[in-house]
Amino acid sequence: MSAPDNTAGRDNLAVRALDAVRAKGRLSRPMIYALVAAGLVLLSAIRYLTDSNDLTSSGQIGGMLALAVPIGMCGLGGLWSERAGVVNIGLEGMLILGTFFGAWGSWQWGPWAGVLVGMLGGALGGALHALVTVTFGVDHVVSGVAINLLAAGATGYLAKVIFDPVVHSKQSPPLRPLTLIDVPWLSPQLTSLEAHHWFLVSDLAGIVGGVVTGLSVLTVLAVALMVGSYFLLWKTAFGLRLRSCGENPTAAESLGVNVYTYKYIAVIVSGALAGLGGVFMVMVSSSIYQDGQTGGRGFIGLAAMIFGNWRVGGLAVGAGLFGYTDSLQLRGSDAVHSLLLGVAVLLLGIAVRMLLRKNYRAGGASLVGAALFALWFATTNEVPAQLVSCTPYVVTLVVLAFASQRLRMPKADGVPYRKGQGK
Amino acid sequence: MEHATPGGGSRSLSARYARLDKERLLLGLAAPVAAILFAALVTAIVLLISGKDPVLALTDIFSYDIKPDSTVYILNRATIYFIAGLAVAIGFRMNLFNIGVEGQYKIGVFFAAYVGGVVALPGPLRIVLVIVTAMVAGAAWAGIVGLLKVTRGVNEVIASIMLNYIAVNVIAYLLQPNLLGFSAPGSNDVSTKTLPDAAHFFTFGSYGGPIWGFVVIAAVLGIGFHLLLARTRFGFDLRTAGRSDGAAQASGVNVKKMVLTAMLISGAIAGLIGVPELLQDSFSYNLTFPAGWGFTGIAVALLGRNNPLGIALGAVLWAGLDRAAQQLSFDGFDSEITDIIKGTIVISVVVAYELVRRYGLQRQQQKVGRELAEQAAAAAGIQEKEAAA
Repeated sequence: MSAPDNTAGRDNLAVRALDAVRAKGRLSRPMIYALVAAGLVLLSAIRYLTDSNDLTSSGQIGGMLALAVPIGMCGLGGLWSERAGVVNIGLEGMLILGTFFGAWGSWQWGPWAGVLVGMLGGALGGALHALVTVTFGVDHVVSGVAINLLAAGATGYLAKVIFDPVVHSKQSPPLRPLTLIDVPWLSPQLTSLEAHHWFLVSDLAGIVGGVVTGLSVLTVLAVALMVGSYFLLWKTAFGLRLRSCGENPTAAESLGVNVYTYKYIAVIVSGALAGLGGVFMVMVSSSIYQDGQTGGRGFIGLAAMIFGNWRVGGLAVGAGLFGYTDSLQLRGSDAVHSLLLGVAVLLLGIAVRMLLRKNYRAGGASLVGAALFALWFATTNEVPAQLVSCTPYVVTLVVLAFASQRLRMPKADGVPYRKGQGK
Repeated sequence: MEHATPGGGSRSLSARYARLDKERLLLGLAAPVAAILFAALVTAIVLLISGKDPVLALTDIFSYDIKPDSTVYILNRATIYFIAGLAVAIGFRMNLFNIGVEGQYKIGVFFAAYVGGVVALPGPLRIVLVIVTAMVAGAAWAGIVGLLKVTRGVNEVIASIMLNYIAVNVIAYLLQPNLLGFSAPGSNDVSTKTLPDAAHFFTFGSYGGPIWGFVVIAAVLGIGFHLLLARTRFGFDLRTAGRSDGAAQASGVNVKKMVLTAMLISGAIAGLIGVPELLQDSFSYNLTFPAGWGFTGIAVALLGRNNPLGIALGAVLWAGLDRAAQQLSFDGFDSEITDIIKGTIVISVVVAYELVRRYGLQRQQQKVGRELAEQAAAAAGIQEKEAAA
């Protein structure tokens, strides 16, 4: 929402002050860059001090990307759908459809056909969700849960019928991989630089190296889709109309927007994106389809989107965070233990900031938290694997608990809409 | 979500009211029946495409389910699903989607199994302790969601989903030999300590096998659920808040307190879901304890329209499909077909309920319109007579 009557009151001090107060809630672009840089220095310092090189190794970053893409695609799917006002809990089901149809298409006609068929499979789930919620007006969450049940059931049956005679189990035969990109000169250079374990320099080399080594074309496609979605949804008339259906469908209708059509488009695209996430899981993260392979990543994608405040950049950060902790835990590294120190430092920073703002209660609480994490770090040698697996979920809960007042979902998100209801 | 409750029709004439009510009842039954028929049709098509005989499969399901040992199995299973359905339904009636029943029942049964295994008490007291622990632990886990919602405005669906994952990991962490777990000497299997024979719940002997005594507790819960919602001030407030929290607030209901209470009750019932299995079959908790009953509860509650009787029917249907799955694989079918049936039933039943609701609303509007027209005509007639006189 823009400040009312800005043109007339530009010089007015009160208006400027008001703008400043409004701006305070949001981070400015330089501020975001500064925070990212600070985070990097902190991570690097911890890596250097505790000698846990896996924190920023190229393997870890590569693993993070591989785990973040399915989550990010589900989150992006959720963004499309919810921006048009349809809550999509069915993302998990559409992800499952993507894994099965991706594997089947790839097995039948080769990798790229697999990508296409997987996305179509996800889109099919999206179309069903659109039919049930938009045309029939059923509660969105209920429909989503039903689609998850149906997708799991249908793919379980299909896998049994199609794959079982071939491999005698509910999994696909090994699939041919998609192209992996290694940037010719850069990858080896960065690998050697990373091996020196210099402060900051090696960390940067590890991070960039993780991105440019063994990069899947699907990862590139996923990033392109994120950027493309941002431009399409926020910079074009189409996107404005689509988002208006999520904010105030009656007003959109009064301006001649066919709300049903836009909702259908959004939810079908949403399914296709989740389907692509599924394709990624069967063709890049692994090379076969297995029953129950998704492990609830569709739900995590949804959480990443909410974490990211229904914005593309935010959901990318959320997906990255989930991918990072997931990867650390899967690699079974002791690096997680060093992260405890990072959390302690982070909480200390927050405490200082709160105390400077004279918010003594929050400051004190953060200080106690920082002390506890530091104590945990000092008195133990490792963090139990089960608790590490919890991290992304706990972080999401904490972020929601502290930031949910600042989050703003589309105003008519999840509200059933009937054509002509505003008359 | 809107819930059609019986008795919402016009009360102008009692005869008409009764007729309308019967109509509503028929309409209400039409939806699930249509959904089941539709699911059977979809299943038949799927089977035909995969080259199997659909008639044989469907008759298989029915003929096998009415065998005595099947009916006992179904009844015992349905006990679990019924409790799960109730746990979800109480949230739905308050317009809360407790998708976290899945995590709450796991937490509930895990702590109940642990406490029941280590606290030395005589049999019946131990059973009571197990049940109370399960309810308290389930309620506490749900309470986190409730607190986050009322104090920080966190959406209950997302918070519940996160807590489902956290629950699984917390249990995996605590279920280690040096923590709350127990592993018999010479064995690698970790579980909680096994309950002694005295702490087993009673069963009814029958021709088809032992029927779980917990079915009685489930029945009591169902009746209590109905009475709580239909006959108490609390139930009225809860349903009001579920339909419109603004209206509830205006009539003096503390909506935040209602949200928290509803979550706690839902969690307490959820805690009980795993208890029949614990007290009648497994007698300890390990990592192979069945999962997914919370999601079954959602399906059953949707099918049963959040009404105890409907939930009971839904639970029996689900248990019947489970049972049939075992037989189908013997007869050369792929047992996964029952999952397609279940998924199709859920999605078509929610659509059918919505269509029926809209149709009923339309009929009601037409009826009210007709009555108003009659009244207007009658009033006009009187005026004409007066004018003539």
